[in-house]
Amino acid sequence: MNARLRWRKFVSNFMLGMTGVCAVVSVGVLFLILGYLLYNGGTSVNWDFFTKLPKPVGESGGGMANAIVGSAKLLLAASLVGVPIGFFGGIYLAEFSGSFTASIVRYAADLLNGVPSIVVGIFAYSIAVLPFKHFSTLAGAFALGIMMIPITLRSTEEFLKSIPRNLREGAMALGASKWKTIASVVVPAAYRGILTSILLALARVAGETAPLLFTAFGNSRWSSGWSQPTSSLPVMIYNYAVSPYEDWHRQAWAAGLVLLGLILIINIVARTILSRGIAVPRS
Amino acid sequence: MKRVASLVVAFLVLGTLLYAENPLLINGAGASFPNPVYSKWFDEFHTKNPNVQFNYQSVGSGAGIKQVTDGIVDFGASDMPMTDELIKAFQDKRGTSILHFPTVLGAAVPSYNVPGVTATLNFTPEALAGIYLGKITKWNDPALTSANKGVNLPANDIVVVHRSDGSGTTFIWTDYLSKVSSEWKNKGASISWPVGLGGKGSEGVTGLLKSTPNSIGYVELIYAVQNNVTFGTVKNAAGTFVKADLASVSAAAAGAAKDMPADFRVSITNPPGAKAYPISSFTWLLVPQKFQDANKREAVKKFLYWMIGDGQKDVEALSYAKLPKEVVDKEKKAVDGIQ
Amino acid sequence: MATSTTTLKGARPSSDSRSFLSRLASGDELARLITMIFAATVVLITVMVVWELWINSALPRHKFGLRFLITDVWDPLADQFGALPFIYGTLVTSGVALLIAVPLGIGAAIFLAELAPPRISDTLQFFIDLLAAVPSVIYGLLGFLVVVPMMRSVIFPALNKPLGFLPIFKGPSYGVGFLTAGIVLAMMVIPYIISVSREVLLSVPRDQREAALALGSTRWESTWKVVVPFAKTGIFGSIFLALARALGETMAVTMVIGNTPKVAASLFSPGYSIAAVIANEFTEATGDLYTQSLFELGLVLFLMTFILNGLARLLIIVTTQRGSGMGNL
Repeated sequence: MNARLRWRKFVSNFMLGMTGVCAVVSVGVLFLILGYLLYNGGTSVNWDFFTKLPKPVGESGGGMANAIVGSAKLLLAASLVGVPIGFFGGIYLAEFSGSFTASIVRYAADLLNGVPSIVVGIFAYSIAVLPFKHFSTLAGAFALGIMMIPITLRSTEEFLKSIPRNLREGAMALGASKWKTIASVVVPAAYRGILTSILLALARVAGETAPLLFTAFGNSRWSSGWSQPTSSLPVMIYNYAVSPYEDWHRQAWAAGLVLLGLILIINIVARTILSRGIAVPRS
Repeated sequence: MKRVASLVVAFLVLGTLLYAENPLLINGAGASFPNPVYSKWFDEFHTKNPNVQFNYQSVGSGAGIKQVTDGIVDFGASDMPMTDELIKAFQDKRGTSILHFPTVLGAAVPSYNVPGVTATLNFTPEALAGIYLGKITKWNDPALTSANKGVNLPANDIVVVHRSDGSGTTFIWTDYLSKVSSEWKNKGASISWPVGLGGKGSEGVTGLLKSTPNSIGYVELIYAVQNNVTFGTVKNAAGTFVKADLASVSAAAAGAAKDMPADFRVSITNPPGAKAYPISSFTWLLVPQKFQDANKREAVKKFLYWMIGDGQKDVEALSYAKLPKEVVDKEKKAVDGIQ
Repeated sequence: MATSTTTLKGARPSSDSRSFLSRLASGDELARLITMIFAATVVLITVMVVWELWINSALPRHKFGLRFLITDVWDPLADQFGALPFIYGTLVTSGVALLIAVPLGIGAAIFLAELAPPRISDTLQFFIDLLAAVPSVIYGLLGFLVVVPMMRSVIFPALNKPLGFLPIFKGPSYGVGFLTAGIVLAMMVIPYIISVSREVLLSVPRDQREAALALGSTRWESTWKVVVPFAKTGIFGSIFLALARALGETMAVTMVIGNTPKVAASLFSPGYSIAAVIANEFTEATGDLYTQSLFELGLVLFLMTFILNGLARLLIIVTTQRGSGMGNL
């Protein structure tokens, strides 16, 4: 084995080792984030955090109860916007449309997906806040719902398309109309995949802050109904993190831990379900 | 089908659960300068009046003015009195006029974080202007050392911090600088800064001050006090170095109180008076003269009466100075005028 | 991104050749119409977004024209608005992010696609997917409370002492600034580079690798000199995708960039990005010119991401198709 070959072998092992280092570093970032959140916020995730309202500025204590409920309301309402449009739109793309219309709709969805979240925010402000003369939970939900649409639309289409043709033909051979086939055979078969992608879309918008800055705004107290401004976890994290109060920093870490924990759990659950069984037709 | 139906029902139930019969909510937004006392007031007022809630967001005077003009919040708050153009814009947009109600007196203090320096530094107007113009760049510049003999100022670069958002505190600060320095031309809530970092809100500036060594920034007095950030004295028009506190801020307002204009818009920076702190200011709640909603109007009026009365008892604990008596008397009449 | 769904051959919507009346009777026409309305809503919303951006930026577009893009001044008091500091900041922070994320990301993707056994590769990819799900504000939280102090105490001295003579490494350091924002952004875009690059590398047909190895190359040489160039277009696609994400990032950047609208050479100086200035100043922009200038900034940002996303998708499709095409030989 001559020197040149030895060198090449060394380079090979070294570089491949480096790629391993890159992989470890990249994956390590995830654990770094979790570690910091746990370390700084773990002890602050207590009963007070979940049940108390924020205290006046400068006083310590209090919690983020209104932000947690606010985020829940926002996500609920956002899914009422994003899910039906994505779901039924996806059915249209997969079952009814011609290829030209389908490509237009798909292109629009991809465009919408690429719109930066701050731009969605100012759009939602001019459509859902200004004409109504107040910030509201609904406006925030509108902004988040828009961001959910592309994800639910594309996933619904793909999962429906992956249902084998013979399933549809079997139903039709038994005399079912097209929409009945879709409703009682195809959609239930793709149900798992569609549901998990809805979950993933929710996880995606659960952490969005920018669109809420100009729509849901913020609320130091409970927000009732749907047309009042509301507090939300991401916005609280933002406000508290850049403030000078140590107590607020502590709460920001705790909120970050809760938020990220929730998002990660949804992701893990959804992805595990997805990888286990993609739309296995039930016999 | 059944599954879909049960999901829908679950959604609806959840939805109704999250909807509770609500107390009246009144939304306001604006200055971060008085946010500590406003959040205390609204909290206390709610305890005394459980069926009314005030939601105040500290987003800066600029945002407060804009949002109350657009009608997106019920009232605004600003440390910068609205200019004639802004008042006219409000009238054109909303069909009624906007009223200014002074709430407290506060001070913008030069706060700093210089490693090794715990003493209270003395700042001359020239020093402050020079720092913010970017002309004075090191802590041991003669302009600073000459006023602070006996303090060991290091040769470090000064990190200037200002507001990144439209701020009444910025207005107060630049209003003062334009009065004391012929070179300082920009005066307003949102100016083009020659140097420095931008922090969002007084909170953001204080946050930057605490975490950035060699920094200097202007914040309302209570932010420096609550966060243990050192702040210095400023030389006033009479030539004395004065530290901001209740007495010196009240002294600054003494002259203006007697000659308070009917619309309460007044600047008290760089006043005469040996004991006056030169960078003091009133701060105002911006309330439309006419309210469509009778409930909101009554609640706002009730709050304002309370604010100039019992509410004033809370302010000194938070290092704000009370409103002078002459101002309170005038204000009571003005609150009557809200329709 | 861990699974790619394949469309089974023939699973197309069955073309309906019955008469209109018969379709109506069976309820199919109604179903088609209803779902079509929902699909049309998607197109409608997208059109509205573009429309609103265009219409709400009319004033500055007419007043400043294209000069808007190259004017350095942002002075609300004087009604002077120029986008240059923000475009500069957006590009610089994204550029720094890519400089860090691309080598790391491609390296990791090579490891995942070429070296790691399938189980480990899938597990690690799973973690990478989770990383992609971390919201921006959490990166901002970490950035402000952890990276900024680190920048001040570790990174700045390490770079400034030896290399401070270079304009890009000139002090002083504030902790916040272009470099800090770039580092935080890098963490955010690495997952995109890894996921897409891994997929395109996996789609390179086996015979390419085997041919190189048969000719006597080392493992690394076959990877770097044969496989990666084969997947080059797709990898570029992943970089464009990552860039598009970095350009639009708001919260993480706002919290660590310093909020100063200035064009400066040093990476340690504070700056501003388009998304950050909109987030900070939108709620307080008084006057139509000010508000509409912010809308125009939004329009500029939208166009930048639009072009990049389009290019990215094109490149990725070209690579994966080419790969699978040749694999069927």
